[in-house]
Amino acid sequence: MSEDAYTRPVPEPSRDTRPYWDALNEGRLVIQECAGCKRLRHYPRPVCDVCYSMDVEWRQVSGRGSLHSWTVAHHPFHPGFKTELPYVLATVDLEEGVRMIAQLRGVAPDEVAVGLPVQVAFERATDQLTLPVFRKREGK
Amino acid sequence: MSLRDRGAITGVGETRYSRNSGRSVVALQMEASLAAIADAGLTPKDIDGIIAYAASGVVAEDFVTNFGIPDLRFSATTPMGGASSVAAVQCAVAVLSAGVCRHVLIPLGRNGFSESRIGSRVRQMPQFRTVAEFEMPIGNIAPAQLYAPMARRHMELYGSTSRQFGEIAVTTRRHAGLHGNAMMTKPITLEDHQQSRMIADPLRLLDCSLESDGAAAVVVTAAEHARDAKKRPVYVSGVGEGHPDSPSAITQRPDLTTLGTAKAAPRAFAMAGVTPADIDVAEIYDCFTYIVLCQLEDLGFCDKGEGGAFVEGGALGLGGRLPVNTHGGLLSQAHMAGLNHIVELVRQLRGEGGATQVPDAEVGLVTGYGDMGDGAVAIMRRG
Ligand SMILES: [Zn+2]
Repeated sequence: MSEDAYTRPVPEPSRDTRPYWDALNEGRLVIQECAGCKRLRHYPRPVCDVCYSMDVEWRQVSGRGSLHSWTVAHHPFHPGFKTELPYVLATVDLEEGVRMIAQLRGVAPDEVAVGLPVQVAFERATDQLTLPVFRKREGK
Repeated sequence: MSLRDRGAITGVGETRYSRNSGRSVVALQMEASLAAIADAGLTPKDIDGIIAYAASGVVAEDFVTNFGIPDLRFSATTPMGGASSVAAVQCAVAVLSAGVCRHVLIPLGRNGFSESRIGSRVRQMPQFRTVAEFEMPIGNIAPAQLYAPMARRHMELYGSTSRQFGEIAVTTRRHAGLHGNAMMTKPITLEDHQQSRMIADPLRLLDCSLESDGAAAVVVTAAEHARDAKKRPVYVSGVGEGHPDSPSAITQRPDLTTLGTAKAAPRAFAMAGVTPADIDVAEIYDCFTYIVLCQLEDLGFCDKGEGGAFVEGGALGLGGRLPVNTHGGLLSQAHMAGLNHIVELVRQLRGEGGATQVPDAEVGLVTGYGDMGDGAVAIMRRG
Protein backbone atom coordinates (compact mmCIF):
# COMPACT_ATOMS: atom_id res chain seq x y z
CA MET A 1 0.00 0.00 0.00
CA SER A 2 1.21 3.49 -0.71
CA GLU A 3 1.57 5.93 2.17
CA ASP A 4 -1.27 8.05 0.79
CA ALA A 5 -3.91 5.34 1.18
CA TYR A 6 -2.82 4.42 4.68
CA THR A 7 -5.17 5.83 7.33
CA ARG A 8 -3.48 4.73 10.56
CA PRO A 9 -0.95 6.67 12.66
CA VAL A 10 2.57 6.33 11.29
CA PRO A 11 5.74 6.68 13.35
CA GLU A 12 7.99 9.67 12.88
CA PRO A 13 11.40 8.17 13.64
CA SER A 14 14.13 10.32 15.12
CA ARG A 15 17.89 9.94 14.78
CA ASP A 16 17.75 7.87 17.99
CA THR A 17 15.10 5.44 16.79
CA ARG A 18 15.43 5.07 13.02
CA PRO A 19 17.59 1.90 13.08
CA TYR A 20 14.74 0.08 14.85
CA TRP A 21 12.30 0.91 12.07
CA ASP A 22 14.82 0.30 9.30
CA ALA A 23 15.46 -3.19 10.66
CA LEU A 24 11.74 -3.98 10.82
CA ASN A 25 11.54 -3.09 7.14
CA GLU A 26 14.18 -5.78 6.56
CA GLY A 27 12.24 -8.31 8.62
CA ARG A 28 14.51 -8.11 11.64
CA LEU A 29 13.79 -7.13 15.23
CA VAL A 30 16.68 -5.17 16.72
CA ILE A 31 17.04 -3.76 20.20
CA GLN A 32 19.49 -1.12 21.45
CA GLU A 33 22.51 -2.45 23.27
CA CYS A 34 24.71 -0.21 25.39
CA ALA A 35 28.22 -0.31 23.95
CA GLY A 36 29.57 0.43 27.42
CA CYS A 37 27.95 -2.18 29.65
CA LYS A 38 26.16 -4.37 27.08
CA ARG A 39 22.73 -3.96 28.66
CA LEU A 40 19.73 -4.02 26.33
CA ARG A 41 17.17 -1.26 26.54
CA HIS A 42 13.85 -0.46 24.89
CA TYR A 43 12.32 1.83 23.66
CA PRO A 44 15.33 3.35 21.86
CA ARG A 45 16.87 6.38 23.56
CA PRO A 46 20.27 8.07 23.59
CA VAL A 47 21.62 7.28 27.09
CA CYS A 48 22.17 4.07 29.08
CA ASP A 49 20.46 4.58 32.43
CA VAL A 50 23.04 2.40 34.21
CA CYS A 51 26.47 3.49 32.93
CA TYR A 52 25.37 6.68 31.06
CA SER A 53 27.24 5.70 27.94
CA MET A 54 25.84 7.29 24.79
CA ASP A 55 27.46 4.71 22.53
CA VAL A 56 24.85 2.44 21.03
CA GLU A 57 24.88 -0.83 19.17
CA TRP A 58 21.89 -2.65 17.75
CA ARG A 59 21.43 -6.31 18.49
CA GLN A 60 19.14 -8.60 16.53
CA VAL A 61 17.03 -10.54 19.03
CA SER A 62 15.13 -13.81 18.85
CA GLY A 63 11.63 -12.35 18.87
CA ARG A 64 10.66 -15.08 21.32
CA GLY A 65 8.81 -14.03 24.43
CA SER A 66 5.91 -14.61 26.75
CA LEU A 67 2.80 -12.60 27.44
CA HIS A 68 3.08 -10.19 30.39
CA SER A 69 -0.40 -8.67 30.05
CA TRP A 70 -2.87 -7.69 27.35
CA THR A 71 -6.02 -5.89 26.38
CA VAL A 72 -8.62 -6.57 23.73
CA ALA A 73 -9.56 -3.38 21.93
CA HIS A 74 -13.27 -3.17 21.21
CA HIS A 75 -13.81 0.55 20.75
CA PRO A 76 -12.42 2.48 17.77
CA PHE A 77 -10.46 5.35 19.27
CA HIS A 78 -8.94 5.87 15.82
CA PRO A 79 -10.93 5.44 12.60
CA GLY A 80 -8.03 3.61 10.95
CA PHE A 81 -8.48 0.62 13.24
CA LYS A 82 -12.26 0.36 13.05
CA THR A 83 -12.34 -2.51 10.57
CA GLU A 84 -9.89 -4.54 12.64
CA LEU A 85 -11.89 -4.63 15.90
CA PRO A 86 -11.66 -6.52 18.15
CA TYR A 87 -7.88 -6.90 18.27
CA VAL A 88 -5.53 -8.08 20.99
CA LEU A 89 -2.70 -5.80 22.14
CA ALA A 90 -0.05 -8.01 23.72
CA THR A 91 2.52 -6.72 26.21
CA VAL A 92 5.37 -9.20 25.91
CA ASP A 93 8.53 -9.97 27.86
CA LEU A 94 11.17 -10.89 25.28
CA GLU A 95 13.63 -13.62 26.24
CA GLU A 96 16.41 -11.04 26.07
CA GLY A 97 14.82 -9.16 28.97
CA VAL A 98 13.09 -6.18 27.39
CA ARG A 99 9.40 -5.52 26.98
CA MET A 100 7.49 -4.61 23.84
CA ILE A 101 3.92 -4.40 22.62
CA ALA A 102 2.33 -5.50 19.38
CA GLN A 103 -0.91 -6.96 18.13
CA LEU A 104 -1.35 -10.66 18.78
CA ARG A 105 -2.51 -12.57 15.72
CA GLY A 106 -4.30 -15.89 15.46
CA VAL A 107 -5.25 -16.33 19.10
CA ALA A 108 -8.88 -16.18 20.21
CA PRO A 109 -9.42 -13.59 22.97
CA ASP A 110 -10.47 -16.30 25.45
CA GLU A 111 -7.27 -18.24 24.74
CA VAL A 112 -5.07 -15.34 25.81
CA ALA A 113 -3.32 -15.79 29.16
CA VAL A 114 -0.29 -14.49 31.01
CA GLY A 115 2.75 -16.56 30.08
CA LEU A 116 1.47 -17.46 26.60
CA PRO A 117 4.57 -18.17 24.49
CA VAL A 118 4.79 -15.92 21.44
CA GLN A 119 7.06 -15.25 18.47
CA VAL A 120 7.42 -11.97 16.65
CA ALA A 121 6.48 -11.71 12.97
CA PHE A 122 6.47 -8.80 10.55
CA GLU A 123 3.64 -7.21 8.60
CA ARG A 124 4.22 -4.67 5.88
CA ALA A 125 1.89 -1.72 6.38
CA THR A 126 3.12 0.60 3.64
CA ASP A 127 6.06 0.80 1.26
CA GLN A 128 8.04 2.45 4.04
CA LEU A 129 6.59 0.90 7.20
CA THR A 130 6.72 -2.61 8.65
CA LEU A 131 5.06 -3.31 11.98
CA PRO A 132 5.84 -6.12 14.40
CA VAL A 133 3.09 -8.56 15.39
CA PHE A 134 3.11 -11.56 17.69
CA ARG A 135 1.90 -15.06 16.94
CA LYS A 136 1.45 -17.94 19.32
CA ARG A 137 4.64 -19.99 19.52
CA GLU A 138 4.20 -23.75 19.48
CA GLY A 139 6.45 -25.91 21.61
CA LYS A 140 8.74 -24.17 24.02
CA MET B 1 11.91 22.83 56.31
CA SER B 2 8.63 21.13 55.54
CA LEU B 3 5.73 22.44 53.50
CA ARG B 4 3.32 21.27 56.19
CA ASP B 5 0.54 23.81 56.70
CA ARG B 6 2.52 26.50 54.86
CA GLY B 7 -0.29 27.05 52.39
CA ALA B 8 -4.07 26.80 52.41
CA ILE B 9 -6.82 26.61 49.85
CA THR B 10 -8.83 29.75 50.41
CA GLY B 11 -11.13 29.75 47.40
CA VAL B 12 -12.78 27.25 45.06
CA GLY B 13 -14.98 27.69 42.00
CA GLU B 14 -16.60 25.71 39.22
CA THR B 15 -18.79 26.20 36.20
CA ARG B 16 -21.70 23.90 35.41
CA TYR B 17 -20.49 20.70 33.81
CA SER B 18 -22.00 19.65 30.49
CA ARG B 19 -21.48 18.11 27.09
CA ASN B 20 -21.82 21.39 25.27
CA SER B 21 -20.82 24.51 27.13
CA GLY B 22 -21.34 26.73 24.09
CA ARG B 23 -18.47 28.85 25.35
CA SER B 24 -14.77 29.17 24.75
CA VAL B 25 -12.30 27.35 26.98
CA VAL B 26 -10.85 30.72 27.98
CA ALA B 27 -14.29 31.97 29.06
CA LEU B 28 -14.95 28.80 31.05
CA GLN B 29 -11.67 29.11 32.93
CA MET B 30 -12.26 32.81 33.63
CA GLU B 31 -15.73 32.10 35.05
CA ALA B 32 -14.46 29.36 37.39
CA SER B 33 -11.47 31.49 38.42
CA LEU B 34 -13.60 34.56 39.19
CA ALA B 35 -15.80 32.33 41.36
CA ALA B 36 -12.79 30.91 43.21
CA ILE B 37 -11.25 34.37 43.75
CA ALA B 38 -14.55 35.73 45.11
CA ASP B 39 -14.88 32.66 47.33
CA ALA B 40 -11.48 33.54 48.81
CA GLY B 41 -12.61 37.11 49.49
CA LEU B 42 -10.03 38.45 47.05
CA THR B 43 -10.16 40.51 43.89
CA PRO B 44 -8.63 39.25 40.64
CA LYS B 45 -5.81 41.81 40.96
CA ASP B 46 -4.73 40.14 44.24
CA ILE B 47 -3.62 37.07 42.29
CA ASP B 48 0.17 37.15 41.98
CA GLY B 49 0.88 33.55 40.97
CA ILE B 50 -0.69 31.29 38.34
CA ILE B 51 -0.17 27.62 37.54
CA ALA B 52 -2.04 27.17 34.28
CA TYR B 53 -3.03 23.88 32.65
CA ALA B 54 -1.05 24.31 29.47
CA ALA B 55 -2.65 21.31 27.75
CA SER B 56 -5.91 23.26 27.64
CA GLY B 57 -4.27 25.99 25.57
CA VAL B 58 -4.99 28.62 28.22
CA VAL B 59 -1.90 30.19 29.77
CA ALA B 60 -1.01 32.63 32.55
CA GLU B 61 -0.97 35.49 30.05
CA ASP B 62 -4.69 35.01 29.45
CA PHE B 63 -5.39 35.71 33.12
CA VAL B 64 -3.05 38.67 33.28
CA THR B 65 -4.86 40.15 30.28
CA ASN B 66 -8.43 39.38 31.34
CA PHE B 67 -8.00 40.38 34.97
CA GLY B 68 -5.56 43.24 34.48
CA ILE B 69 -3.19 41.64 36.99
CA PRO B 70 -0.62 44.37 37.64
CA ASP B 71 2.30 42.32 38.96
CA LEU B 72 2.31 38.58 38.39
CA ARG B 73 5.31 37.29 40.29
CA PHE B 74 5.17 33.61 39.47
CA SER B 75 3.91 31.37 36.70
CA ALA B 76 4.58 27.72 35.96
CA THR B 77 2.96 24.62 34.58
CA THR B 78 3.01 21.11 36.05
CA PRO B 79 2.38 18.89 33.04
CA MET B 80 1.57 15.52 34.61
CA GLY B 81 -1.73 14.76 32.91
CA GLY B 82 -4.32 13.98 35.57
CA ALA B 83 -1.72 14.41 38.31
CA SER B 84 -1.19 18.03 37.23
CA SER B 85 -3.79 19.52 39.56
CA VAL B 86 -2.47 18.05 42.80
CA ALA B 87 1.13 18.54 41.65
CA ALA B 88 0.22 22.19 41.09
CA VAL B 89 -0.82 22.42 44.73
CA GLN B 90 2.62 21.19 45.78
CA CYS B 91 4.27 23.69 43.45
CA ALA B 92 2.05 26.49 44.76
CA VAL B 93 2.74 25.77 48.43
CA ALA B 94 6.47 25.58 47.75
CA VAL B 95 6.64 29.02 46.14
CA LEU B 96 4.21 30.54 48.66
CA SER B 97 6.27 29.29 51.59
CA ALA B 98 9.38 30.76 49.97
CA GLY B 99 7.71 34.16 49.85
CA VAL B 100 7.71 34.43 46.08
CA CYS B 101 4.03 35.43 46.02
CA ARG B 102 0.87 35.36 48.17
CA HIS B 103 -2.04 33.95 46.20
CA VAL B 104 -1.63 31.31 43.48
CA LEU B 105 -4.53 30.65 41.13
CA ILE B 106 -4.82 27.11 39.73
CA PRO B 107 -7.36 27.02 36.88
CA LEU B 108 -8.37 24.14 34.65
CA GLY B 109 -11.03 23.84 32.01
CA ARG B 110 -11.83 22.34 28.65
CA ASN B 111 -14.45 21.62 26.08
CA GLY B 112 -13.54 17.96 26.45
CA PHE B 113 -16.77 16.71 24.94
CA SER B 114 -17.77 19.27 22.37
CA GLU B 115 -14.34 20.15 20.94
CA SER B 116 -11.34 17.88 21.65
CA ARG B 117 -12.06 14.22 22.37
CA ILE B 118 -9.53 12.04 24.11
CA GLY B 119 -8.57 9.87 21.13
CA SER B 120 -7.06 12.84 19.32
CA ARG B 121 -5.89 14.88 22.30
CA VAL B 122 -3.14 12.77 23.84
CA ARG B 123 -1.21 12.34 20.61
CA GLN B 124 -0.05 15.94 20.72
CA MET B 125 1.33 15.83 24.27
CA PRO B 126 5.14 15.55 24.58
CA GLN B 127 4.79 13.04 27.43
CA PHE B 128 3.21 10.74 24.85
CA ARG B 129 5.99 11.08 22.28
CA THR B 130 7.28 7.54 22.80
CA VAL B 131 3.78 6.08 22.81
CA ALA B 132 2.97 8.04 19.66
CA GLU B 133 5.98 6.58 17.85
CA PHE B 134 5.94 2.98 19.01
CA GLU B 135 2.45 2.16 20.22
CA MET B 136 -0.12 4.25 18.39
CA PRO B 137 0.92 2.81 15.00
CA ILE B 138 -0.02 -0.68 16.23
CA GLY B 139 -3.39 0.50 17.57
CA ASN B 140 -2.58 1.35 21.19
CA ILE B 141 -4.12 4.80 20.98
CA ALA B 142 -6.16 5.97 23.94
CA PRO B 143 -5.75 5.87 27.72
CA ALA B 144 -8.34 3.07 28.07
CA GLN B 145 -6.16 0.87 25.89
CA LEU B 146 -2.89 1.98 27.47
CA TYR B 147 -4.13 1.35 31.01
CA ALA B 148 -6.19 -1.81 30.50
CA PRO B 149 -3.14 -4.12 30.69
CA MET B 150 -2.42 -2.72 34.18
CA ALA B 151 -5.89 -3.78 35.30
CA ARG B 152 -5.54 -7.16 33.56
CA ARG B 153 -2.19 -7.82 35.22
CA HIS B 154 -3.69 -6.99 38.62
CA MET B 155 -6.59 -9.36 37.97
CA GLU B 156 -4.20 -12.14 36.96
CA LEU B 157 -1.84 -11.66 39.91
CA TYR B 158 -4.32 -10.89 42.67
CA GLY B 159 -7.70 -12.15 41.54
CA SER B 160 -9.40 -8.77 41.46
CA THR B 161 -12.59 -8.83 39.38
CA SER B 162 -14.64 -6.72 37.02
CA ARG B 163 -17.49 -6.76 39.58
CA GLN B 164 -15.15 -5.14 42.10
CA PHE B 165 -14.36 -2.43 39.54
CA GLY B 166 -18.14 -2.12 39.17
CA GLU B 167 -18.56 -1.43 42.89
CA ILE B 168 -16.54 1.74 42.38
CA ALA B 169 -18.64 2.84 39.42
CA VAL B 170 -21.94 2.22 41.25
CA THR B 171 -20.92 4.06 44.41
CA THR B 172 -19.50 7.00 42.50
CA ARG B 173 -22.68 7.35 40.44
CA ARG B 174 -24.79 7.38 43.60
CA HIS B 175 -22.74 10.28 44.94
CA ALA B 176 -23.10 12.15 41.63
CA GLY B 177 -26.87 11.81 41.85
CA LEU B 178 -26.90 13.56 45.21
CA HIS B 179 -24.34 16.25 44.43
CA GLY B 180 -26.14 18.86 42.36
CA ASN B 181 -23.48 19.60 39.70
CA ALA B 182 -22.77 16.31 37.97
CA MET B 183 -23.22 15.16 34.37
CA MET B 184 -24.36 11.60 35.07
CA THR B 185 -26.97 11.29 37.80
CA LYS B 186 -29.11 8.27 36.91
CA PRO B 187 -28.35 5.46 39.37
CA ILE B 188 -26.67 2.33 38.02
CA THR B 189 -26.45 -1.21 39.38
CA LEU B 190 -23.66 -3.76 39.33
CA GLU B 191 -25.59 -5.56 36.60
CA ASP B 192 -25.69 -2.39 34.51
CA HIS B 193 -21.93 -2.24 34.89
CA GLN B 194 -21.46 -5.86 33.90
CA GLN B 195 -23.64 -5.42 30.83
CA SER B 196 -22.07 -2.18 29.65
CA ARG B 197 -20.13 -2.63 26.43
CA MET B 198 -16.47 -3.53 26.46
CA ILE B 199 -14.14 -0.65 25.54
CA ALA B 200 -10.69 -2.12 26.15
CA ASP B 201 -10.93 -5.44 27.95
CA PRO B 202 -11.23 -5.60 30.95
CA LEU B 203 -12.45 -1.98 31.00
CA ARG B 204 -16.14 -1.56 30.18
CA LEU B 205 -17.93 1.65 29.31
CA LEU B 206 -18.94 2.15 32.96
CA ASP B 207 -15.31 1.75 34.05
CA CYS B 208 -14.40 4.82 32.00
CA SER B 209 -14.54 8.48 32.96
CA LEU B 210 -16.53 11.11 31.14
CA GLU B 211 -15.49 13.63 28.54
CA SER B 212 -16.71 16.98 29.73
CA ASP B 213 -17.07 20.69 29.08
CA GLY B 214 -16.49 23.01 32.00
CA ALA B 215 -13.90 24.49 34.31
CA ALA B 216 -12.76 24.55 37.92
CA ALA B 217 -10.32 26.73 39.83
CA VAL B 218 -8.76 27.00 43.27
CA VAL B 219 -6.80 29.72 45.05
CA VAL B 220 -3.87 28.66 47.24
CA THR B 221 -2.75 31.28 49.76
CA ALA B 222 0.36 31.53 51.92
CA ALA B 223 -0.48 30.47 55.48
CA GLU B 224 0.26 33.89 56.99
CA HIS B 225 -2.31 35.49 54.67
CA ALA B 226 -4.86 32.65 54.78
CA ARG B 227 -6.07 33.69 58.20
CA ASP B 228 -7.63 36.77 56.61
CA ALA B 229 -9.62 34.70 54.11
CA LYS B 230 -13.39 35.09 53.90
CA LYS B 231 -13.97 31.46 54.78
CA ARG B 232 -12.26 28.93 56.95
CA PRO B 233 -8.97 28.05 55.21
CA VAL B 234 -8.23 24.44 54.35
CA TYR B 235 -4.58 23.78 55.04
CA VAL B 236 -2.33 21.64 52.89
CA SER B 237 -0.75 19.48 55.58
CA GLY B 238 1.08 17.01 53.40
CA VAL B 239 1.75 16.88 49.69
CA GLY B 240 3.94 14.98 47.25
CA GLU B 241 4.34 13.87 43.68
CA GLY B 242 5.81 10.64 42.39
CA HIS B 243 6.85 9.43 38.98
CA PRO B 244 6.82 5.79 37.97
CA ASP B 245 9.88 3.86 36.94
CA SER B 246 10.25 4.18 33.18
CA PRO B 247 7.63 6.85 32.59
CA SER B 248 7.92 6.81 28.79
CA ALA B 249 5.26 4.15 28.30
CA ILE B 250 3.12 1.87 30.45
CA THR B 251 4.57 -1.10 28.60
CA GLN B 252 8.04 -0.40 29.98
CA ARG B 253 7.05 -0.13 33.64
CA PRO B 254 8.71 -3.03 35.53
CA ASP B 255 5.66 -3.50 37.79
CA LEU B 256 2.42 -2.70 36.00
CA THR B 257 0.43 -2.82 39.25
CA THR B 258 2.14 0.10 41.01
CA LEU B 259 1.82 3.81 40.23
CA GLY B 260 3.93 6.87 41.06
CA THR B 261 1.38 7.28 43.85
CA ALA B 262 3.31 4.66 45.84
CA LYS B 263 6.29 7.04 45.97
CA ALA B 264 4.26 10.18 46.66
CA ALA B 265 2.02 8.79 49.41
CA PRO B 266 4.63 8.10 52.13
CA ARG B 267 6.03 11.62 51.64
CA ALA B 268 2.59 13.21 51.96
CA PHE B 269 1.55 11.18 55.00
CA ALA B 270 4.87 11.77 56.78
CA MET B 271 4.67 15.50 56.12
CA ALA B 272 1.13 15.68 57.46
CA GLY B 273 1.90 13.45 60.43
CA VAL B 274 -1.16 11.30 59.84
CA THR B 275 -1.85 7.75 58.65
CA PRO B 276 -4.50 6.36 56.29
CA ALA B 277 -6.65 5.57 59.35
CA ASP B 278 -6.94 9.32 60.04
CA ILE B 279 -8.50 10.14 56.66
CA ASP B 280 -12.20 11.03 56.94
CA VAL B 281 -12.89 11.50 53.22
CA ALA B 282 -10.85 10.82 50.07
CA GLU B 283 -11.22 12.23 46.56
CA ILE B 284 -9.28 9.74 44.46
CA TYR B 285 -8.46 10.29 40.81
CA ASP B 286 -10.76 8.03 38.83
CA CYS B 287 -10.07 8.18 35.12
CA PHE B 288 -10.91 4.47 35.30
CA THR B 289 -12.40 2.42 38.14
CA TYR B 290 -9.31 0.21 38.36
CA ILE B 291 -7.08 3.24 38.91
CA VAL B 292 -9.00 3.96 42.14
CA LEU B 293 -8.51 0.39 43.32
CA CYS B 294 -4.78 0.51 42.56
CA GLN B 295 -4.31 3.85 44.31
CA LEU B 296 -6.09 2.62 47.46
CA GLU B 297 -3.29 0.04 47.67
CA ASP B 298 -0.49 2.45 46.78
CA LEU B 299 -1.81 4.94 49.35
CA GLY B 300 -1.70 2.31 52.07
CA PHE B 301 -5.42 1.98 52.77
CA CYS B 302 -4.89 -1.74 52.19
CA ASP B 303 -2.08 -4.04 51.10
CA LYS B 304 -1.08 -4.55 47.46
CA GLY B 305 -3.52 -6.99 45.93
CA GLU B 306 -6.33 -6.33 48.42
CA GLY B 307 -7.92 -3.34 46.75
CA GLY B 308 -10.64 -5.52 45.24
CA ALA B 309 -11.78 -6.83 48.60
CA PHE B 310 -11.43 -3.35 50.11
CA VAL B 311 -13.98 -1.74 47.79
CA GLU B 312 -16.66 -4.43 48.21
CA GLY B 313 -19.85 -3.94 50.18
CA GLY B 314 -20.18 -0.21 49.67
CA ALA B 315 -16.98 0.61 51.55
CA LEU B 316 -16.44 3.72 49.45
CA GLY B 317 -19.94 5.08 49.98
CA LEU B 318 -21.24 7.65 52.45
CA GLY B 319 -21.22 5.90 55.81
CA GLY B 320 -18.74 3.33 54.50
CA ARG B 321 -15.27 2.78 55.84
CA LEU B 322 -13.71 5.35 53.49
CA PRO B 323 -16.11 7.68 51.65
CA VAL B 324 -14.56 8.29 48.22
CA ASN B 325 -15.41 10.73 45.44
CA THR B 326 -18.34 12.39 47.15
CA HIS B 327 -18.86 14.59 44.05
CA GLY B 328 -19.14 11.74 41.59
CA GLY B 329 -15.55 11.96 40.39
CA LEU B 330 -14.40 11.84 36.80
CA LEU B 331 -16.61 8.80 36.34
CA SER B 332 -19.90 10.61 36.94
CA GLN B 333 -19.45 14.28 37.79
CA ALA B 334 -17.07 15.56 35.08
CA HIS B 335 -13.53 15.13 33.81
CA MET B 336 -11.68 18.20 34.98
CA ALA B 337 -8.37 16.34 35.32
CA GLY B 338 -8.86 16.12 39.07
CA LEU B 339 -9.14 19.80 39.88
CA ASN B 340 -12.80 19.04 40.64
CA HIS B 341 -11.53 16.54 43.25
CA ILE B 342 -9.63 19.33 45.02
CA VAL B 343 -12.69 21.61 44.90
CA GLU B 344 -14.80 18.84 46.43
CA LEU B 345 -12.32 18.05 49.19
CA VAL B 346 -12.20 21.69 50.22
CA ARG B 347 -16.00 21.83 50.35
CA GLN B 348 -16.08 18.67 52.47
CA LEU B 349 -13.54 20.07 54.93
CA ARG B 350 -15.46 23.34 55.15
CA GLY B 351 -18.69 21.52 55.84
CA GLU B 352 -20.14 22.75 52.52
CA GLY B 353 -20.63 19.24 51.11
CA GLY B 354 -24.41 19.43 50.98
CA ALA B 355 -26.17 16.11 50.41
CA THR B 356 -22.88 14.20 50.21
CA GLN B 357 -21.24 15.82 53.23
CA VAL B 358 -19.23 13.36 55.32
CA PRO B 359 -20.21 14.31 58.88
CA ASP B 360 -17.54 16.23 60.76
CA ALA B 361 -14.83 15.67 58.15
CA GLU B 362 -11.59 17.14 59.51
CA VAL B 363 -8.82 15.48 57.52
CA GLY B 364 -9.06 14.49 53.87
CA LEU B 365 -6.96 13.27 51.00
CA VAL B 366 -6.96 14.02 47.28
CA THR B 367 -4.96 12.35 44.54
CA GLY B 368 -4.10 12.85 40.92
CA TYR B 369 -2.93 10.26 38.43
CA GLY B 370 -1.78 10.82 34.91
CA ASP B 371 0.14 9.99 31.78
CA MET B 372 2.24 6.83 32.26
CA GLY B 373 1.61 6.48 35.99
CA ASP B 374 2.44 9.84 37.55
CA GLY B 375 0.89 10.20 40.98
CA ALA B 376 0.31 13.15 43.28
CA VAL B 377 -1.17 13.17 46.76
CA ALA B 378 -2.31 15.99 49.05
CA ILE B 379 -3.59 15.69 52.58
CA MET B 380 -5.65 18.61 53.81
CA ARG B 381 -7.18 19.61 57.11
CA ARG B 382 -9.78 22.17 58.06
CA GLY B 383 -8.37 25.27 59.69
ZN1 LIG C 1 25.47 0.99 29.88
